[in-house]
Amino acid sequence: MRNRLAAIVALVCLAAPALADTAAPAPPPRPNARNMKFPMQGGEAIYQGVCQGCHMPDAKGAVGAGAYPALAGNEKLIEGGYPIGVIMNGQKAMPPLGAMFSDTQIADVVNYIRTHFGNHYTDKVTAAEVKTMR
Amino acid sequence: MTDEITAPSRRSLLSMIGVVAGSAAMYHAMTELGYAEGSTFTGPIKLSQPPPGTSVLILGAGIAGMVSALELRDAGYKVQLLEYNDRPGGRNWTLYGGDTYTELGGFTQKVGFDPGQYINPGPWRLPYHHQGILHYVNRLGVALEPFTQVNYNAYVHSTEAFGGKPVRYRQIQADMHGHVAELLAKCTKQGALDKTVSKEDREILMLALRNWGALNGKFEYAKGLESSNRRGFDVDPGGGLNSVPVPSEPMAMSALLKSQLWTAIGASCNYEMQSAIFQPKGGMGMIGKAFGKELGPLIQYNSKVIDIHQDEKGVTATYVDSRTGGEKRTASADWCVCTIPASILSQIPMNVGEPMKAAINQLPYQAALKIGLQMKRRFWEQDDHIYGGHTYTNQPNQTISYPMWDYFSKGKGVLLGAYVFGEPAFVAAAKPPEERIKDALEYGSKIHPQYKEEFEAGVAVAWHRVPFTLGCAGAWTDAGRAQHYDNLCALDGRIVLAGEHASRIPAWQEGAVTSAIDAITRLHKRVMA
Repeated sequence: MRNRLAAIVALVCLAAPALADTAAPAPPPRPNARNMKFPMQGGEAIYQGVCQGCHMPDAKGAVGAGAYPALAGNEKLIEGGYPIGVIMNGQKAMPPLGAMFSDTQIADVVNYIRTHFGNHYTDKVTAAEVKTMR
Repeated sequence: MTDEITAPSRRSLLSMIGVVAGSAAMYHAMTELGYAEGSTFTGPIKLSQPPPGTSVLILGAGIAGMVSALELRDAGYKVQLLEYNDRPGGRNWTLYGGDTYTELGGFTQKVGFDPGQYINPGPWRLPYHHQGILHYVNRLGVALEPFTQVNYNAYVHSTEAFGGKPVRYRQIQADMHGHVAELLAKCTKQGALDKTVSKEDREILMLALRNWGALNGKFEYAKGLESSNRRGFDVDPGGGLNSVPVPSEPMAMSALLKSQLWTAIGASCNYEMQSAIFQPKGGMGMIGKAFGKELGPLIQYNSKVIDIHQDEKGVTATYVDSRTGGEKRTASADWCVCTIPASILSQIPMNVGEPMKAAINQLPYQAALKIGLQMKRRFWEQDDHIYGGHTYTNQPNQTISYPMWDYFSKGKGVLLGAYVFGEPAFVAAAKPPEERIKDALEYGSKIHPQYKEEFEAGVAVAWHRVPFTLGCAGAWTDAGRAQHYDNLCALDGRIVLAGEHASRIPAWQEGAVTSAIDAITRLHKRVMA
């Protein structure tokens, strides 16, 4: 009992400073929060469920004070590793989403955007490939 | 039912903590008790008179830009602001009934609220220790009213606990404290703490546990007046005859632990969530408006910056009309305070050194979502006796907040039907606004069945679709901060950055204020050197 209590106290003490820098804005409490991963499966569902928030339903991107790049007809997609890296690690305004997707989800959505919206890159990336880039 | 233990005076408590736990704990305790100051704001700054004609170009008329402009102008600088929007404030923003909001992708929402009804899509709280923003609020004469953070009668809800029935926050907190206090009292009595707590302290600890956890005379957390005085009664005490209170039954500890509803307790204890908290009367945007009025023609609206260039003589920003594009124009000054969010600044050509460039480029912006729902009547007050504060849920809408003004009004009210970060906020941004609202109604009606009957109009703001920020706030990681934060804040030639992203209070307006004051203080020093 004593050891367990001591362990709990130690944990609490350790946790406090680590949280300090990220305290604001306090995320709302989430009882029974899931693992914070995107639930959709399959390239199309993932694109429509997440990516089109910024890249838009037609994948043509959007322009405001800054811009979201078009994925439609985007020549940077010629190399499958490029979108994998951007999704995983982020790039400028693009947040890193690697932790919120499985390897398969990333491979699926990359394959989807590389073969839709006027892109015709038929060589597929695999989950194994994604895994090596983590 | 009154507290039996007389609270020690603050000073005697502090000396006790100092003796027992050493100076680090003492400092910590002092901060908590309000002796040591947490905020870096130390009162209004006084900049000396700069050389006549010294000019500063300020990019962005949000809180950081307008604080910079106000102080530099007052010191005698020639200032000019360029602002992308057609209004002052930036993320300091209120959407009122009758407003129109077009997000990226062209999705346009006409806010169908009644006149005077509103939501704050961005910041909405002013904690008492954010003395920087409060200073400007007071200086500009913006009226404040209380913001209720912790409402003991609001709900905590999980679809996976207690049959999906929402539980009042006071019951969660009282029962969690009570059960933990009882356990710890048992440990103490059984000698489990003998090695770590002295005999004298064990006696004090027992009293403290009873006081903190509402334990009865046997150091049990049990159904009775003590526990009901915290968690509420089945029948409240009253006057006259039939006035005997009926205590309520505490939840079993195991069910409470498994429910995870206790997550609401820690969140309610955070420094930023502690009373007193304020909000401007009539919406957070009143602060931006007051700044805008004060600065008047110094702000040039509808100006989209497309290039920032510095040389040995000064800084020039190239900009176009943000609505129509059109011809390029330039604005020049000796110095520049740039408050453009990093998400946008990373896309604007600007000749600064690699360290600052890398710092800007590595900072993405958080996903966040807020949805306002106008209801025909204030059923949360009339039916559920919830006056302000928040209900938390495990559903993707995460938080429901009740309007903290016009209490007891017979008229309508606007609920915040969703306040969301993380994965569900990304998902919501990918949906058209009307679908986000539909979802919020579905989730909310699990807690308040009155929703569907009473709903009239909604507006949904997903921050990755907001044209002037591309996200809610700088999403710093600890590693990113360690490597890049100082480089982001450092003066680069004639350019210095400011904003919540250049602060350690991310997403809070206090971060923008303290960042601006720090940036212009360093800039002024350079000017005067």
